[in-house]
Amino acid sequence: MELRSTRDAYGDALLKLGDNQNVFVLDADLSISTQTNKFAGKYPSRFINVGCAEQNLMGVAAGFAIAGKIPFASTYAIFSMRAWEQIRNTIAHDNLSVKIAVSHAGLTNGPDGASHQSLEDLALMRVIPNMSVINPCDAVETIGAVISEASREGPAYIRLNRSKTPVIFDDTYTFRFGDAVQLTEGDDLAIIATGTMVHKALEAAEFLKKENITARVINVHTIKPLDKKTIISAARETGAVVSVEEHSIFGGLGGAIAEVLSEQYPVPMEIIGVRDVFGESGEYDEILEKFGLTTTTIVTSARNVLRRKK
Amino acid sequence: MVTTSNIRILEEKARTIRKHVVNMIFEAGSGHPGGSLSCVDIITVLYFHQMRINPAELKAGERDRFILSKGHAAPTLYAALAERGYFSVNKLHSLRKIGSLLQGHPDTKIPGVEVSTGSLGQGLSISCGIALAEKLDKKDSRIYTLLGDGECDEGQVWEAAILASHYKLDNLTAIIDRNGLQIDGPTEKVLSLEPIAGKWKEFGWNVIEIDGNKIVEIIDAFDEALQIKGKPTVIIAHTLKGKGVSFMEWICAFHGKGLNKDEMKIALQELGGE
Repeated sequence: MELRSTRDAYGDALLKLGDNQNVFVLDADLSISTQTNKFAGKYPSRFINVGCAEQNLMGVAAGFAIAGKIPFASTYAIFSMRAWEQIRNTIAHDNLSVKIAVSHAGLTNGPDGASHQSLEDLALMRVIPNMSVINPCDAVETIGAVISEASREGPAYIRLNRSKTPVIFDDTYTFRFGDAVQLTEGDDLAIIATGTMVHKALEAAEFLKKENITARVINVHTIKPLDKKTIISAARETGAVVSVEEHSIFGGLGGAIAEVLSEQYPVPMEIIGVRDVFGESGEYDEILEKFGLTTTTIVTSARNVLRRKK
Repeated sequence: MVTTSNIRILEEKARTIRKHVVNMIFEAGSGHPGGSLSCVDIITVLYFHQMRINPAELKAGERDRFILSKGHAAPTLYAALAERGYFSVNKLHSLRKIGSLLQGHPDTKIPGVEVSTGSLGQGLSISCGIALAEKLDKKDSRIYTLLGDGECDEGQVWEAAILASHYKLDNLTAIIDRNGLQIDGPTEKVLSLEPIAGKWKEFGWNVIEIDGNKIVEIIDAFDEALQIKGKPTVIIAHTLKGKGVSFMEWICAFHGKGLNKDEMKIALQELGGE
């Protein structure tokens, strides 16, 4: 399976948008890491480096949107959270078309440790009115999402990764904002995953087949607005749900699904994520193992939720 | 050329706006009278003399823009917008009321408000973004931003100050309402800002210091800013908090306090009737 980071795909997606004279790319001194340097090299007059000043990054991006431009504002996921209040009070409140595309999310910035990892961002962004939250599962979906966002009005948080992860889709894939993507057929339970965890969910489903358990794997790339219809149907038709994300168990995909299902179609559910702790240094795969973000955990949770299913 | 009669007209307009501000904050029962009154003359000059704006064409491609970074002076902005014809002056009494257009702090739902503000320290960054985008588009428009002096405690102001000078934003003029008081007391006691002019100069800005309650000095400063190329201009406007109402002048308690009926009546009398 081909491996590619979503930040790398983001850099290429921006190049594809280069002909659109309204597209501007802003970065806070991390253009090599976020891969916005590709755009900067080809379109220097539409690349703005604001230095390592993330609050100003969000304000300046807001100004570009007010002036009718389509600004992509990039830094690391965790450092964009430093400007949460700027994002909330200016970008989201005024529904400005600022695309906050941030890399090194989740635990993918492994060796740098907890200060550079981001396990709270989905929750923090999801709670803001007007804000859309997109967490692509691979490089192909990233390119689709970035191109789609350039023509959609309103703010978005696009979560990208440092580490190379499997490419799941081929070039025929079409990203549709807000539509969850069912990847496998299955009636015993639904495994609803986002971002880096989607390919692990697919592996888990494959493993469960050996136990004659069929899992419906759903890729939720748009966490907000959530595709409630697909999630409620999955709960109704399978009767059990496991959610999995490279994020805190609080307030992310699992939280969003639980909010919907508890009101509209309660079924037994297990939430897989990081359990209210900070990350730490290590190689990416080692950290995922340590925090239980593995295929094995998904399989175990699937068995657990099936035992709870009436 | 500005004539003496022009200046008299602007002074009269400022007096009208001050009366609106007193009435609005009295009717709302809360608000920020001190810092609203200190910047009336600056906002009056911007909306009735300086800026190329047209209330009938809100989104005109090449218009000057004003960003009220010290959003708590919203009553002054609203009164100026209403007097300038962006909406009816009859709406002014609805400030801070449930369901009303006039939110406690500036909101883009209000005709003429370019961006929502209120959380301090953000307006200059936003203004930099607009100024840079319009400069790259080679537009002739200018961006004016009014900051409070206490607001300069915010680190983001200085992030924006570095950027404005780096990108040579000579289409950007910041004005600091240097009334010397912030919520907890005099700025120099809470967190000293002096030498404030020196700080901005060292950050690469053209600095002009004026009496910010004198119409003619405000006009001259804006004129000078128009001539400066290659760097942004900041006008440090020395003002009196509560300007125009004797019992409020230089009284910190009137930073964020409504007015009772007696206070409102005295204030209006001092400003020359209701």
